Amino acid sequence: MTNTSRRQFFTRVTQGAAVAATGGLAWFYLLNEQSHASAWAIRPPGGEAIDEFYAKCIKCGKCVDACPFDTLKLASAGVNIPIGTPYFVPREIPCYMCLDIPCQEACPTGAISSNLEDINDARMGLATIDIENCLSWQGLRCEICHRECPVQNKAITIEHHPRRLSKHAMFVPIVHGDHCTGCGVCEKACPTEKAAIRVVKPEYVQGKIGEHYRLGWKTDTPITQEFTPSQSTTSPGQSTEQALDYLNQDSSL
Amino acid sequence: MNRRDALKPKLGNDGKPLIGANGKPMHYLLDPPSMAGKLWVWRYLILRRLSQVTILLLFFGTFHWGWTLWGQPVLTGNLSGSKFLGILPMADPFAVLQIFVAQYILDSEVLIGAAVILGLYALLVGRAFCSWVCPLNIVTDLSSWLRRKLDIRDVFRLSRNTRYLVLAAALVLSAITGVAAFEWVSPIAMFHRELIFGIGMGWMAILGVFVFELFILKHGWCGHLCPLGAFYSLVGGKTAQLKVHFDKETCTHCGECAIICPEPQVLNLKKAGQVGTVGNECTNCGRCTPVCPEGSLSFAPRYQIGKHSNSFSQENPTSIRRAA
Repeated sequence: MTNTSRRQFFTRVTQGAAVAATGGLAWFYLLNEQSHASAWAIRPPGGEAIDEFYAKCIKCGKCVDACPFDTLKLASAGVNIPIGTPYFVPREIPCYMCLDIPCQEACPTGAISSNLEDINDARMGLATIDIENCLSWQGLRCEICHRECPVQNKAITIEHHPRRLSKHAMFVPIVHGDHCTGCGVCEKACPTEKAAIRVVKPEYVQGKIGEHYRLGWKTDTPITQEFTPSQSTTSPGQSTEQALDYLNQDSSL
Repeated sequence: MNRRDALKPKLGNDGKPLIGANGKPMHYLLDPPSMAGKLWVWRYLILRRLSQVTILLLFFGTFHWGWTLWGQPVLTGNLSGSKFLGILPMADPFAVLQIFVAQYILDSEVLIGAAVILGLYALLVGRAFCSWVCPLNIVTDLSSWLRRKLDIRDVFRLSRNTRYLVLAAALVLSAITGVAAFEWVSPIAMFHRELIFGIGMGWMAILGVFVFELFILKHGWCGHLCPLGAFYSLVGGKTAQLKVHFDKETCTHCGECAIICPEPQVLNLKKAGQVGTVGNECTNCGRCTPVCPEGSLSFAPRYQIGKHSNSFSQENPTSIRRAA
């Protein structure tokens, strides 16, 4: 092999490697962009662990086939949702929480996790109320979301907020994250022009109290070795009952 | 019309008949005048379109019109994963391989489905997916037909082995990113999905493939880049029963088959003459068999081809030695 042909050979190899690297990087960028920079979308029940869902979903659309309410659809190119994955828009058609979870049954890969046994344990998202536009929060008697909610009186409860004498009390809906499945029936039912209650990604709105806070007046606060509800606020001679009474009554200590 | 009557001698620039490698004169095959004759020449093309459209229609009808048979949905899902009559699961083995490389454990249904499809192509019909099932084939056949009519030259050259590099890249990227790398960009899956589940912007990818194959590189996608085609070439090339048999004795090397073939490198006639069959990247589209004036190319099961080449080598040991 002469020097020239050897140089040509190495040039060709380098050129080939450069083309492969450029193409590979562009492809990698595309994948990363799709899987991480895409908009959040509501997934079928059991598809909450998003990395696993993205990896396992083979984009076959059998869940879409199986959905009896035509809720699910596959993301087509150009909607800023990872291509070919199933999702739904609750304001159009919400998830009606079939007890037999046919979409999960249809999924051949386990992207829609078979660990979900009870549809009430699904956490597709979290309903969130815009209290500035919610009719009930303005003082009207609406409460449609509360009545439509499939997890009746658990995911959404109505609390009454007394007001001054000239006005009647407000009956306002409150969402409880412990029970809300994110099915979006409330969002579909909301009568405002744009829904005042919406299903969003739980991480967008959910805070976390932190382990170091103790709500001493809550009887279900766990009593640990480091902490008992009576420890912090009570002075010697007071019982736990007295301390709890203090919080619930207007009388002074 | 008799096959012999359809032959017209091929003449060289000096007006004399061209003589083939086996000493016999070369021929063109004339288009048959009758409709029946034309349909017979186009038989594999017609069957392939029927197969492609029927598969698409079964998916579409089951999804949109709720087609059932014996109380079961006929064919749910799409080419990535499907179920026939509620019993037989099928899945794209290349997609499953990518998810496997991305290190996720899949449910058994899709694994069985992938094995069914892998078995079908590996043992029976070879790389037939590309020409008998893939919906993109209709688009790329159109572009290569237009190319033949318009006589368009390639913008650049690219090795047909590039697809194996793309295949390797798909697996490496699946391992790195944790998602099935090709499935997330595949124009085939995009096209197929949108035909069944509703049109989005996927047609742009299809237009891209069409324009690329028409103006930039002949068979640029299907024959050079597509990793799925590369996958099925590896899977079905060596073991599948359905093969195009090549008869060295009658072939005059006229080159008619190579003009129509989407993977002309499989018609390496010297090599094909030794083994009795065309190369591994053959999609079993059958386009070459009706255009061959001498009838040297025909579908045959592989075990028969094996016998052919054995008897052939016993009769003509010298020709084998020369070829080797």
